[in-house]
Amino acid sequence: MRKTNLKEGILSRAFLRGVIAITIFLLVWEVGSCFEVWFGYRVPWIGLIPPPTAVFISWGGLIGDLSYWQSWYLSFMRVLTGFFAAMIIGIPFGLFMAVNRTFHGISFPIFEILRPIPPLAWVPASIIFWPTQELSIAFVTFLGAFYTIVINVLGGAKSINKQYLQAAQSMGASQWDIFRRVVLPATLPSIVVGSAVGMGITWEVVVAAEMISGGGGSGGAGGGLGFFIWNSYVGGSYEQIIVGMISIGIAGYFSSEMLRKLGGLLTPWLKTR
Amino acid sequence: MNRDANCHKITINGAIRIEDVVKVYDPDGAAIMAVDHCSIDIPGGEICMIVGPSGCGKTTLLNAIAGFHGITSGEIYLDDELLCGRGKMQAKPASDRIVVFQNGALFPWKSNLDNVVFGPMMEGKLSKEEIYDKAISMMADAGLSGTEHSYPGEVSSGLRRRVEIVRALMLEPKVLLFDEPYRALDSLTKSVMHEALLDIYYKNKVTIFFITHDLEEAIFLGHRLIIMSSRPCKPKQIVEVDIPHPRDYSVLTSPRFRELMEEAKGVVHEEAKKAFEAGEKEG
Repeated sequence: MRKTNLKEGILSRAFLRGVIAITIFLLVWEVGSCFEVWFGYRVPWIGLIPPPTAVFISWGGLIGDLSYWQSWYLSFMRVLTGFFAAMIIGIPFGLFMAVNRTFHGISFPIFEILRPIPPLAWVPASIIFWPTQELSIAFVTFLGAFYTIVINVLGGAKSINKQYLQAAQSMGASQWDIFRRVVLPATLPSIVVGSAVGMGITWEVVVAAEMISGGGGSGGAGGGLGFFIWNSYVGGSYEQIIVGMISIGIAGYFSSEMLRKLGGLLTPWLKTR
Repeated sequence: MNRDANCHKITINGAIRIEDVVKVYDPDGAAIMAVDHCSIDIPGGEICMIVGPSGCGKTTLLNAIAGFHGITSGEIYLDDELLCGRGKMQAKPASDRIVVFQNGALFPWKSNLDNVVFGPMMEGKLSKEEIYDKAISMMADAGLSGTEHSYPGEVSSGLRRRVEIVRALMLEPKVLLFDEPYRALDSLTKSVMHEALLDIYYKNKVTIFFITHDLEEAIFLGHRLIIMSSRPCKPKQIVEVDIPHPRDYSVLTSPRFRELMEEAKGVVHEEAKKAFEAGEKEG
Protein backbone atom coordinates (compact mmCIF):
# COMPACT_ATOMS: atom_id res chain seq x y z
CA MET A 1 0.00 0.00 0.00
CA ARG A 2 2.62 2.49 1.08
CA LYS A 3 4.96 1.41 -1.68
CA THR A 4 2.42 2.02 -4.42
CA ASN A 5 1.69 5.42 -2.92
CA LEU A 6 5.36 6.27 -3.07
CA LYS A 7 5.60 5.03 -6.64
CA GLU A 8 2.55 7.01 -7.65
CA GLY A 9 3.96 10.05 -5.89
CA ILE A 10 7.22 9.88 -7.83
CA LEU A 11 5.58 9.19 -11.17
CA SER A 12 2.78 11.74 -10.73
CA ARG A 13 2.61 14.60 -13.19
CA ALA A 14 3.03 17.25 -10.54
CA PHE A 15 6.22 15.64 -9.27
CA LEU A 16 7.65 15.18 -12.76
CA ARG A 17 6.88 18.77 -13.66
CA GLY A 18 8.78 19.88 -10.56
CA VAL A 19 11.81 17.75 -11.49
CA ILE A 20 11.81 18.98 -15.09
CA ALA A 21 11.49 22.61 -14.03
CA ILE A 22 14.41 22.37 -11.60
CA THR A 23 16.55 20.58 -14.19
CA ILE A 24 15.89 23.23 -16.83
CA PHE A 25 16.55 25.96 -14.30
CA LEU A 26 19.93 24.41 -13.41
CA LEU A 27 20.81 23.95 -17.10
CA VAL A 28 20.07 27.56 -18.00
CA TRP A 29 22.06 28.68 -14.99
CA GLU A 30 24.97 26.38 -15.87
CA VAL A 31 25.13 27.45 -19.51
CA GLY A 32 24.46 31.09 -18.66
CA SER A 33 27.20 31.36 -16.11
CA CYS A 34 29.81 30.09 -18.61
CA PHE A 35 29.47 33.15 -20.86
CA GLU A 36 29.72 36.71 -19.80
CA VAL A 37 28.55 37.78 -23.24
CA TRP A 38 25.33 36.40 -24.73
CA PHE A 39 24.71 36.90 -28.45
CA GLY A 40 26.87 39.96 -28.39
CA TYR A 41 25.20 41.47 -25.32
CA ARG A 42 26.74 41.68 -21.89
CA VAL A 43 24.35 40.17 -19.41
CA PRO A 44 24.91 41.94 -16.13
CA TRP A 45 23.85 39.25 -13.75
CA ILE A 46 23.95 35.63 -14.75
CA GLY A 47 27.47 35.67 -16.25
CA LEU A 48 28.96 36.78 -12.96
CA ILE A 49 27.60 34.13 -10.65
CA PRO A 50 29.32 30.80 -10.20
CA PRO A 51 27.83 27.88 -12.16
CA PRO A 52 25.78 25.26 -10.26
CA THR A 53 28.48 22.61 -10.73
CA ALA A 54 30.96 24.80 -8.86
CA VAL A 55 28.34 25.45 -6.19
CA PHE A 56 27.69 21.75 -5.76
CA ILE A 57 31.40 20.97 -5.57
CA SER A 58 31.82 23.65 -2.92
CA TRP A 59 28.76 22.28 -1.13
CA GLY A 60 30.24 18.77 -1.22
CA GLY A 61 33.30 20.11 0.57
CA LEU A 62 31.09 21.62 3.26
CA ILE A 63 29.01 18.52 4.00
CA GLY A 64 31.67 17.18 6.32
CA ASP A 65 32.38 20.60 7.79
CA LEU A 66 31.00 20.88 11.32
CA SER A 67 30.85 24.68 11.31
CA TYR A 68 28.51 24.62 8.28
CA TRP A 69 26.07 22.41 10.18
CA GLN A 70 26.62 24.57 13.22
CA SER A 71 25.27 27.48 11.14
CA TRP A 72 22.17 25.47 10.28
CA TYR A 73 21.68 24.56 13.90
CA LEU A 74 22.09 28.12 15.18
CA SER A 75 19.70 29.62 12.64
CA PHE A 76 17.13 26.91 13.25
CA MET A 77 17.30 27.38 16.99
CA ARG A 78 16.83 31.13 16.65
CA VAL A 79 13.93 30.74 14.26
CA LEU A 80 12.23 28.20 16.49
CA THR A 81 12.81 30.20 19.68
CA GLY A 82 11.51 33.41 18.16
CA PHE A 83 8.65 31.65 16.45
CA PHE A 84 7.45 29.75 19.51
CA ALA A 85 7.78 32.82 21.70
CA ALA A 86 5.65 34.68 19.16
CA MET A 87 3.06 31.89 19.21
CA ILE A 88 2.96 31.64 22.99
CA ILE A 89 2.56 35.38 23.47
CA GLY A 90 0.79 36.26 20.21
CA ILE A 91 -2.08 33.76 20.21
CA PRO A 92 -3.46 34.60 23.69
CA PHE A 93 -2.79 38.30 23.05
CA GLY A 94 -4.79 38.24 19.82
CA LEU A 95 -7.60 36.16 21.31
CA PHE A 96 -7.87 38.37 24.35
CA MET A 97 -7.97 41.45 22.15
CA ALA A 98 -10.79 39.86 20.17
CA VAL A 99 -12.98 38.94 23.15
CA ASN A 100 -12.33 41.84 25.52
CA ARG A 101 -13.31 45.29 24.29
CA THR A 102 -11.48 47.17 27.05
CA PHE A 103 -8.25 45.32 26.42
CA HIS A 104 -8.67 45.90 22.70
CA GLY A 105 -9.15 49.61 23.30
CA ILE A 106 -6.02 49.83 25.42
CA SER A 107 -3.63 47.71 23.41
CA PHE A 108 -4.71 48.03 19.79
CA PRO A 109 -3.48 51.61 19.17
CA ILE A 110 -0.03 50.83 20.59
CA PHE A 111 0.07 47.61 18.63
CA GLU A 112 -0.85 49.37 15.42
CA ILE A 113 1.85 52.00 15.88
CA LEU A 114 4.52 49.42 16.56
CA ARG A 115 3.42 47.01 13.84
CA PRO A 116 4.60 48.95 10.79
CA ILE A 117 8.13 49.22 12.21
CA PRO A 118 10.12 46.58 10.32
CA PRO A 119 11.78 44.09 12.66
CA LEU A 120 15.16 45.01 11.18
CA ALA A 121 14.70 48.60 12.36
CA TRP A 122 14.72 47.13 15.86
CA VAL A 123 18.20 45.65 15.44
CA PRO A 124 20.27 48.56 16.79
CA ALA A 125 17.87 49.20 19.67
CA SER A 126 17.72 45.56 20.63
CA ILE A 127 21.51 45.23 20.53
CA ILE A 128 21.64 48.12 22.99
CA PHE A 129 18.81 46.95 25.25
CA TRP A 130 19.33 43.21 25.46
CA PRO A 131 22.28 41.95 27.52
CA THR A 132 23.48 39.32 25.04
CA GLN A 133 23.68 39.21 21.29
CA GLU A 134 21.75 35.96 21.24
CA LEU A 135 18.84 37.58 23.02
CA SER A 136 18.80 40.55 20.68
CA ILE A 137 18.67 38.27 17.62
CA ALA A 138 15.94 36.19 19.25
CA PHE A 139 13.97 39.33 20.03
CA VAL A 140 14.11 40.60 16.45
CA THR A 141 13.12 37.15 15.17
CA PHE A 142 10.25 37.11 17.63
CA LEU A 143 8.98 40.45 16.33
CA GLY A 144 9.00 39.11 12.79
CA ALA A 145 6.40 36.48 13.57
CA PHE A 146 4.57 38.23 16.41
CA TYR A 147 2.67 40.93 14.51
CA THR A 148 1.54 38.58 11.77
CA ILE A 149 0.30 35.99 14.24
CA VAL A 150 -1.57 38.55 16.35
CA ILE A 151 -3.23 40.20 13.35
CA ASN A 152 -4.35 36.85 11.97
CA VAL A 153 -5.66 35.58 15.30
CA LEU A 154 -7.49 38.84 15.95
CA GLY A 155 -9.03 38.88 12.49
CA GLY A 156 -9.98 35.22 12.68
CA ALA A 157 -11.56 35.49 16.12
CA LYS A 158 -13.45 38.66 15.18
CA SER A 159 -14.95 37.18 12.05
CA ILE A 160 -16.47 34.13 13.73
CA ASN A 161 -19.99 33.52 12.51
CA LYS A 162 -22.18 35.07 15.22
CA GLN A 163 -24.64 32.21 14.86
CA TYR A 164 -22.08 29.73 16.18
CA LEU A 165 -21.95 31.76 19.37
CA GLN A 166 -25.72 32.10 19.56
CA ALA A 167 -26.23 28.39 18.94
CA ALA A 168 -23.74 27.49 21.67
CA GLN A 169 -25.40 29.96 24.00
CA SER A 170 -28.88 28.49 23.52
CA MET A 171 -27.49 25.01 24.01
CA GLY A 172 -26.42 26.04 27.47
CA ALA A 173 -22.69 26.55 26.99
CA SER A 174 -20.98 28.72 29.61
CA GLN A 175 -18.73 31.63 28.67
CA TRP A 176 -15.66 29.48 29.21
CA ASP A 177 -17.14 26.64 27.14
CA ILE A 178 -17.95 29.07 24.35
CA PHE A 179 -14.37 30.32 24.39
CA ARG A 180 -12.81 26.88 24.53
CA ARG A 181 -15.17 24.96 22.27
CA VAL A 182 -16.27 27.62 19.79
CA VAL A 183 -13.96 30.64 19.68
CA LEU A 184 -10.75 28.62 19.83
CA PRO A 185 -11.52 26.00 17.16
CA ALA A 186 -13.15 28.62 14.94
CA THR A 187 -9.96 30.67 15.12
CA LEU A 188 -7.67 27.71 14.54
CA PRO A 189 -7.54 28.06 10.72
CA SER A 190 -6.45 31.69 11.11
CA ILE A 191 -3.85 30.66 13.67
CA VAL A 192 -2.45 28.14 11.20
CA VAL A 193 -2.32 30.69 8.38
CA GLY A 194 -0.77 33.32 10.64
CA SER A 195 1.87 30.86 11.80
CA ALA A 196 2.80 29.84 8.26
CA VAL A 197 3.22 33.46 7.17
CA GLY A 198 5.00 34.27 10.44
CA MET A 199 7.43 31.40 9.92
CA GLY A 200 8.41 32.79 6.51
CA ILE A 201 9.05 36.24 7.96
CA THR A 202 11.07 34.69 10.79
CA TRP A 203 13.54 33.21 8.30
CA GLU A 204 13.87 36.51 6.46
CA VAL A 205 14.51 38.34 9.69
CA VAL A 206 16.92 35.90 11.33
CA VAL A 207 19.26 35.89 8.33
CA ALA A 208 19.39 39.67 8.17
CA ALA A 209 19.87 39.94 11.92
CA GLU A 210 22.75 37.47 11.78
CA MET A 211 24.42 39.41 8.97
CA ILE A 212 24.17 42.64 10.90
CA SER A 213 25.21 41.34 14.29
CA GLY A 214 28.16 39.41 12.84
CA GLY A 215 30.12 36.46 14.14
CA GLY A 216 30.39 37.79 17.64
CA GLY A 217 34.15 37.33 17.88
CA SER A 218 34.76 34.32 20.06
CA GLY A 219 33.48 30.83 19.26
CA GLY A 220 29.88 30.02 20.14
CA ALA A 221 28.08 33.36 19.87
CA GLY A 222 26.97 34.69 16.50
CA GLY A 223 27.18 32.42 13.50
CA GLY A 224 24.15 31.07 11.70
CA LEU A 225 23.37 30.84 8.01
CA GLY A 226 23.11 34.61 7.64
CA PHE A 227 26.57 35.05 9.05
CA PHE A 228 27.75 32.16 6.88
CA ILE A 229 26.70 34.07 3.75
CA TRP A 230 28.19 37.32 4.97
CA ASN A 231 31.43 35.61 5.90
CA SER A 232 31.64 33.96 2.48
CA TYR A 233 31.11 37.35 0.86
CA VAL A 234 33.85 38.93 2.95
CA GLY A 235 36.11 35.97 2.25
CA GLY A 236 35.37 36.18 -1.48
CA SER A 237 33.95 32.68 -1.84
CA TYR A 238 31.07 33.27 -4.23
CA GLU A 239 30.20 29.58 -4.41
CA GLN A 240 29.63 29.51 -0.67
CA ILE A 241 27.34 32.54 -0.86
CA ILE A 242 25.10 30.55 -3.19
CA VAL A 243 25.38 27.47 -0.95
CA GLY A 244 24.22 29.58 2.01
CA MET A 245 21.33 31.01 0.03
CA ILE A 246 20.12 27.61 -1.14
CA SER A 247 20.52 26.26 2.40
CA ILE A 248 18.16 28.95 3.67
CA GLY A 249 15.73 28.14 0.89
CA ILE A 250 15.71 24.49 1.89
CA ALA A 251 15.45 25.29 5.60
CA GLY A 252 12.53 27.66 5.00
CA TYR A 253 10.74 25.18 2.77
CA PHE A 254 11.23 22.46 5.36
CA SER A 255 9.82 24.67 8.14
CA SER A 256 6.79 25.68 6.11
CA GLU A 257 6.12 22.10 5.07
CA MET A 258 6.25 20.96 8.71
CA LEU A 259 3.82 23.71 9.66
CA ARG A 260 1.47 22.82 6.81
CA LYS A 261 1.46 19.19 7.92
CA LEU A 262 0.87 20.19 11.52
CA GLY A 263 -1.82 22.64 10.50
CA GLY A 264 -3.54 19.95 8.46
CA LEU A 265 -3.59 17.67 11.50
CA LEU A 266 -5.03 20.43 13.67
CA THR A 267 -7.77 21.41 11.22
CA PRO A 268 -8.89 18.13 9.64
CA TRP A 269 -12.32 19.52 8.73
CA LEU A 270 -10.83 21.94 6.21
CA LYS A 271 -9.51 19.17 3.98
CA THR A 272 -12.99 18.37 2.76
CA ARG A 273 -13.69 21.81 1.38
CA MET B 1 -55.89 15.96 14.72
CA ASN B 2 -52.59 15.06 16.22
CA ARG B 3 -52.30 18.54 17.47
CA ASP B 4 -55.60 18.31 19.29
CA ALA B 5 -54.67 15.00 20.88
CA ASN B 6 -51.43 16.53 22.02
CA CYS B 7 -53.12 19.53 23.49
CA HIS B 8 -55.51 17.46 25.53
CA LYS B 9 -52.86 15.21 26.93
CA ILE B 10 -50.49 17.91 28.04
CA THR B 11 -52.37 21.11 28.52
CA ILE B 12 -49.47 23.51 28.36
CA ASN B 13 -46.34 22.62 26.48
CA GLY B 14 -44.46 25.11 24.41
CA ALA B 15 -47.23 27.64 23.97
CA ILE B 16 -45.88 31.01 22.94
CA ARG B 17 -47.75 34.21 23.55
CA ILE B 18 -46.49 37.39 21.99
CA GLU B 19 -48.29 40.40 23.38
CA ASP B 20 -48.14 43.83 21.87
CA VAL B 21 -44.43 43.61 21.10
CA VAL B 22 -42.66 46.62 19.66
CA LYS B 23 -39.06 46.69 18.55
CA VAL B 24 -37.41 49.91 17.54
CA TYR B 25 -33.87 49.85 16.24
CA ASP B 26 -31.98 53.00 16.89
CA PRO B 27 -28.82 53.07 14.85
CA ASP B 28 -27.34 56.58 14.90
CA GLY B 29 -30.49 58.08 16.34
CA ALA B 30 -32.64 57.20 13.31
CA ALA B 31 -35.39 55.19 14.99
CA ILE B 32 -36.50 52.34 12.73
CA MET B 33 -39.53 50.39 13.78
CA ALA B 34 -39.01 46.73 12.95
CA VAL B 35 -41.96 45.24 14.83
CA ASP B 36 -45.14 47.23 15.42
CA HIS B 37 -47.52 46.22 18.21
CA CYS B 38 -47.44 42.59 17.26
CA SER B 39 -49.58 40.01 19.06
CA ILE B 40 -49.48 36.33 18.18
CA ASP B 41 -50.80 33.40 20.17
CA ILE B 42 -49.30 30.01 19.34
CA PRO B 43 -50.70 26.94 21.11
CA GLY B 44 -48.26 24.24 22.18
CA GLY B 45 -47.38 21.71 19.50
CA GLU B 46 -48.47 23.88 16.60
CA ILE B 47 -46.48 24.44 13.44
CA CYS B 48 -46.89 28.16 13.01
CA MET B 49 -45.60 29.60 9.77
CA ILE B 50 -44.64 33.25 9.78
CA VAL B 51 -44.84 34.47 6.20
CA GLY B 52 -43.72 37.85 4.99
CA PRO B 53 -41.53 39.69 2.52
CA SER B 54 -37.77 39.75 3.02
CA GLY B 55 -36.54 42.20 5.58
CA CYS B 56 -39.94 42.80 7.15
CA GLY B 57 -38.77 42.12 10.69
CA LYS B 58 -39.75 38.46 11.09
CA THR B 59 -36.26 37.53 12.20
CA THR B 60 -36.38 40.32 14.80
CA LEU B 61 -39.32 38.57 16.39
CA LEU B 62 -37.55 35.21 16.31
CA ASN B 63 -34.42 36.69 17.88
CA ALA B 64 -36.51 38.20 20.65
CA ILE B 65 -38.03 34.79 21.48
CA ALA B 66 -34.61 33.13 21.34
CA GLY B 67 -33.13 35.83 23.54
CA PHE B 68 -30.51 37.07 21.09
CA HIS B 69 -31.75 40.61 21.46
CA GLY B 70 -34.27 42.55 23.46
CA ILE B 71 -37.60 44.19 22.65
CA THR B 72 -38.64 47.79 23.13
CA SER B 73 -42.01 47.14 24.73
CA GLY B 74 -44.57 44.37 25.11
CA GLU B 75 -44.26 40.90 26.55
CA ILE B 76 -43.42 37.40 25.35
CA TYR B 77 -44.50 34.34 27.33
CA LEU B 78 -43.57 30.69 27.05
CA ASP B 79 -46.19 28.49 28.77
CA ASP B 80 -47.40 31.52 30.72
CA GLU B 81 -43.92 32.18 32.01
CA LEU B 82 -42.54 35.59 31.17
CA LEU B 83 -39.59 35.39 28.75
CA CYS B 84 -39.16 39.09 28.27
CA GLY B 85 -41.05 42.30 28.98
CA ARG B 86 -41.94 44.29 32.08
CA GLY B 87 -38.51 45.74 32.67
CA LYS B 88 -36.54 42.65 31.66
CA MET B 89 -36.50 43.35 27.96
CA GLN B 90 -34.17 40.57 26.80
CA ALA B 91 -34.94 36.89 27.30
CA LYS B 92 -32.17 34.58 28.43
CA PRO B 93 -31.19 32.11 25.70
CA ALA B 94 -31.95 28.60 26.91
CA SER B 95 -32.28 25.08 25.65
CA ASP B 96 -36.09 25.13 25.72
CA ARG B 97 -36.00 27.38 22.62
CA ILE B 98 -33.53 26.35 19.94
CA VAL B 99 -32.95 28.15 16.67
CA VAL B 100 -32.25 26.42 13.37
CA PHE B 101 -30.46 29.15 11.46
CA GLN B 102 -30.82 30.40 7.93
CA ASN B 103 -27.30 29.48 6.90
CA GLY B 104 -26.90 26.63 9.32
CA ALA B 105 -24.81 26.87 12.45
CA LEU B 106 -23.34 23.41 12.79
CA PHE B 107 -19.80 23.67 14.08
CA PRO B 108 -17.65 22.77 11.05
CA TRP B 109 -14.78 21.56 13.26
CA LYS B 110 -16.88 18.89 14.96
CA SER B 111 -18.13 15.68 13.37
CA ASN B 112 -21.89 15.43 12.88
CA LEU B 113 -22.17 13.19 15.92
CA ASP B 114 -20.10 15.53 18.08
CA ASN B 115 -22.32 18.38 16.95
CA VAL B 116 -25.42 16.47 17.95
CA VAL B 117 -24.09 15.68 21.44
CA PHE B 118 -22.86 19.23 22.06
CA GLY B 119 -25.95 20.50 23.88
CA PRO B 120 -26.47 17.58 26.29
CA MET B 121 -22.72 17.49 26.99
CA MET B 122 -22.91 21.16 27.98
CA GLU B 123 -25.91 20.46 30.20
CA GLY B 124 -24.17 17.52 31.82
CA LYS B 125 -27.40 15.92 33.03
CA LEU B 126 -26.74 12.54 31.42
CA SER B 127 -23.62 10.41 31.31
CA LYS B 128 -21.45 10.47 28.23
CA GLU B 129 -22.53 6.99 27.12
CA GLU B 130 -26.20 7.80 27.51
CA ILE B 131 -25.79 10.95 25.47
CA TYR B 132 -23.94 9.20 22.65
CA ASP B 133 -26.42 6.32 22.59
CA LYS B 134 -29.31 8.74 22.39
CA ALA B 135 -27.59 10.76 19.67
CA ILE B 136 -26.87 7.70 17.54
CA SER B 137 -30.43 6.43 17.79
CA MET B 138 -31.90 9.87 17.06
CA MET B 139 -29.64 10.27 14.06
CA ALA B 140 -30.72 6.85 12.83
CA ASP B 141 -34.37 7.89 13.23
CA ALA B 142 -33.75 10.93 11.08
CA GLY B 143 -32.08 8.84 8.37
CA LEU B 144 -28.59 10.01 9.23
CA SER B 145 -26.95 6.65 9.86
CA GLY B 146 -23.50 6.50 8.35
CA THR B 147 -22.88 10.25 8.52
CA GLU B 148 -22.01 10.29 12.23
CA HIS B 149 -18.28 10.57 11.76
CA SER B 150 -18.27 12.88 8.76
CA TYR B 151 -17.75 16.58 9.18
CA PRO B 152 -20.71 18.79 8.29
CA GLY B 153 -18.71 20.02 5.29
CA GLU B 154 -18.56 16.50 3.92
CA VAL B 155 -22.31 15.87 3.65
CA SER B 156 -24.94 17.51 1.44
CA SER B 157 -26.69 20.67 2.58
CA GLY B 158 -29.94 18.75 3.01
CA LEU B 159 -28.32 16.28 5.39
CA ARG B 160 -26.62 19.15 7.22
CA ARG B 161 -30.00 20.71 7.95
CA ARG B 162 -31.26 17.41 9.25
CA VAL B 163 -28.24 17.08 11.53
CA GLU B 164 -28.92 20.55 12.81
CA ILE B 165 -32.55 19.73 13.58
CA VAL B 166 -31.49 16.57 15.41
CA ARG B 167 -28.94 18.61 17.34
CA ALA B 168 -31.73 20.94 18.40
CA LEU B 169 -34.09 18.08 19.33
CA MET B 170 -31.45 16.40 21.50
CA LEU B 171 -32.14 19.02 24.14
CA GLU B 172 -35.86 18.24 24.09
CA PRO B 173 -36.82 21.85 23.51
CA LYS B 174 -40.37 23.05 23.83
CA VAL B 175 -40.02 25.30 20.84
CA LEU B 176 -38.03 25.05 17.63
CA LEU B 177 -37.39 28.36 15.93
CA PHE B 178 -36.67 28.09 12.21
CA ASP B 179 -35.26 31.07 10.39
CA GLU B 180 -35.81 30.28 6.71
CA PRO B 181 -33.75 27.12 7.07
CA TYR B 182 -34.39 25.82 3.57
CA ARG B 183 -33.81 29.05 1.76
CA ALA B 184 -30.56 27.95 0.16
CA LEU B 185 -31.81 24.53 -0.93
CA ASP B 186 -33.01 23.67 -4.43
CA SER B 187 -36.71 22.90 -4.72
CA LEU B 188 -36.24 19.13 -5.06
CA THR B 189 -34.15 18.86 -1.92
CA LYS B 190 -36.56 21.22 -0.26
CA SER B 191 -39.59 18.96 -0.77
CA VAL B 192 -37.65 15.99 0.62
CA MET B 193 -36.62 18.11 3.60
CA HIS B 194 -40.21 19.14 4.24
CA GLU B 195 -41.33 15.55 4.51
CA ALA B 196 -38.35 14.75 6.68
CA LEU B 197 -39.18 17.65 8.97
CA LEU B 198 -42.79 16.52 9.32
CA ASP B 199 -41.57 13.03 10.00
CA ILE B 200 -39.34 14.29 12.79
CA TYR B 201 -42.18 16.48 14.06
CA TYR B 202 -44.61 13.57 14.29
CA LYS B 203 -42.09 11.72 16.45
CA ASN B 204 -41.15 14.66 18.68
CA LYS B 205 -44.02 16.99 19.38
CA VAL B 206 -42.70 20.49 19.74
CA THR B 207 -43.99 23.91 18.89
CA ILE B 208 -42.51 25.12 15.64
CA PHE B 209 -42.12 28.79 14.89
CA PHE B 210 -41.11 28.79 11.26
CA ILE B 211 -40.14 31.87 9.28
CA THR B 212 -40.36 31.68 5.52
CA HIS B 213 -41.27 33.64 2.45
CA ASP B 214 -42.10 30.51 0.46
CA LEU B 215 -45.88 30.14 0.43
CA GLU B 216 -45.89 26.57 -0.82
CA GLU B 217 -43.59 25.56 2.02
CA ALA B 218 -45.73 27.46 4.50
CA ILE B 219 -49.01 25.80 3.51
CA PHE B 220 -47.48 22.34 3.16
CA LEU B 221 -45.95 22.40 6.66
CA GLY B 222 -48.08 24.67 8.78
CA HIS B 223 -51.19 24.35 10.87
CA ARG B 224 -51.52 28.07 10.49
CA LEU B 225 -49.99 30.84 8.40
CA ILE B 226 -49.48 34.23 9.91
CA ILE B 227 -48.97 36.61 7.04
CA MET B 228 -47.03 39.66 8.14
CA SER B 229 -47.22 43.15 6.78
CA SER B 230 -44.07 44.69 5.35
CA ARG B 231 -41.91 46.71 7.70
CA PRO B 232 -42.86 47.45 10.43
CA CYS B 233 -43.83 43.84 10.94
CA LYS B 234 -47.30 43.07 12.27
CA PRO B 235 -49.75 40.23 11.61
CA LYS B 236 -51.93 41.12 8.68
CA GLN B 237 -53.91 37.99 8.08
CA ILE B 238 -54.13 34.52 9.55
CA VAL B 239 -54.79 31.56 7.28
CA GLU B 240 -55.86 28.30 8.94
CA VAL B 241 -54.59 25.32 6.97
CA ASP B 242 -57.33 22.74 7.44
CA ILE B 243 -55.51 19.95 5.65
CA PRO B 244 -55.16 17.16 8.21
CA HIS B 245 -51.79 15.94 9.45
CA PRO B 246 -49.94 13.66 8.83
CA ARG B 247 -49.31 15.07 5.38
CA ASP B 248 -47.15 13.92 2.51
CA TYR B 249 -46.26 15.47 -0.80
CA SER B 250 -49.56 14.41 -2.42
CA VAL B 251 -51.07 17.31 -0.48
CA LEU B 252 -49.31 19.64 -2.91
CA THR B 253 -51.62 18.61 -5.74
CA SER B 254 -54.86 18.55 -3.73
CA PRO B 255 -57.55 21.11 -4.63
CA ARG B 256 -57.70 22.44 -1.07
CA PHE B 257 -53.98 23.16 -1.17
CA ARG B 258 -54.46 25.19 -4.33
CA GLU B 259 -57.37 27.09 -2.88
CA LEU B 260 -55.31 28.04 0.14
CA MET B 261 -52.43 29.05 -2.13
CA GLU B 262 -54.76 31.38 -4.05
CA GLU B 263 -56.11 32.84 -0.85
CA ALA B 264 -52.70 33.53 0.65
CA LYS B 265 -51.02 34.60 -2.55
CA GLY B 266 -53.14 37.73 -2.95
CA VAL B 267 -52.31 39.00 0.51
CA VAL B 268 -48.62 38.16 0.31
CA HIS B 269 -48.22 39.70 -3.11
CA GLU B 270 -49.73 42.97 -1.94
CA GLU B 271 -47.28 43.14 0.99
CA ALA B 272 -44.31 42.14 -1.14
CA LYS B 273 -45.18 44.95 -3.53
CA LYS B 274 -45.33 47.43 -0.65
CA ALA B 275 -42.00 46.20 0.69
CA PHE B 276 -40.47 46.49 -2.77
CA GLU B 277 -41.73 50.04 -3.23
CA ALA B 278 -40.50 51.02 0.24
CA GLY B 279 -37.12 49.55 -0.68
CA GLU B 280 -37.10 51.56 -3.90
CA LYS B 281 -37.73 54.74 -1.94
CA GLU B 282 -35.04 54.00 0.61
CA GLY B 283 -32.54 52.96 -2.02
